[in-house]
Amino acid sequence: MTGVDDPLVVHTPGDREIVLSRLFDAPAHLVFAAFTEPRLLVRWYGARGWRLAECDVDLRVGGRWRFVSRGPEGARMVQAGVYRRIEPPHRLVCTELFDDQSYPGETLVSHEFTELAGRTTVTTTLRYATPEGRDTVLRYPMARGVGQSYTRLAELLHPTTTMRGETP
Amino acid sequence: MGTELLDATFAALADPTRRAILARLAAGEATVTELAAPFAMSQPAISKHLKVLERAGLVSRGRDAQRRPCRLEARPLREATAWLADYRDYWAESYQRLDALLDELQAVEQTDAERQGAQVDGASG
Repeated sequence: MTGVDDPLVVHTPGDREIVLSRLFDAPAHLVFAAFTEPRLLVRWYGARGWRLAECDVDLRVGGRWRFVSRGPEGARMVQAGVYRRIEPPHRLVCTELFDDQSYPGETLVSHEFTELAGRTTVTTTLRYATPEGRDTVLRYPMARGVGQSYTRLAELLHPTTTMRGETP
Repeated sequence: MGTELLDATFAALADPTRRAILARLAAGEATVTELAAPFAMSQPAISKHLKVLERAGLVSRGRDAQRRPCRLEARPLREATAWLADYRDYWAESYQRLDALLDELQAVEQTDAERQGAQVDGASG
């Protein structure tokens, strides 16, 4: 799945995986740093509407990481895990578990950084504990999007009660 | 699109043989015999894959009792693709921010290298 002007590719090679692939115009050691250093992670990490508020990284095999994100309408989300493989600047593997996760089990997240002529392809494989978990995650953005647009529609259909109160 | 049908679609698409069958059917309808030909598989094995694809609504079978040709049904595929597109867009912004950050890091690295180069030149001169 490729957008017109964004080179991010998403595919689902098995029933438990989501694979994201993206080319960056920078050498692998910088990309690896951006994926592992908190001061850099806070500047870019986060899906639509979400940004990192706290970021702890203990970058060694068996070390823990923990991200706290702030999202739409003050929502708070905590995800954490343990590093399994650290091979700078080529590979980073960790587990991931959300605090209020609606599907069972840890997800194994593997990032591969492949540099060619000063540019780096990042391939992230998210391997879920179950196929149902994978499908839940895949549906999440659209489910949220639908929820948000329904909220906007509701607001539109009920032009604020406060305004009615303000009329003399 | 119902949740169960979406699960069936993704489950059906998770297998390389089934994806190859769909790719073949994209070129036009075919019988089970015709579908089995390019694969090192028996017709019953192919039929099993076809049943999964039929359950997911990705393939329909013709009424001709003799041939029962298989046909690609594009709609569930389009809908599954829409979920993927939405997931992609959900993350695209994050990677765009990373682009900008990497540009900045590269510029800093280059400046540092130049400064170091200048120092070395100065020392040797």
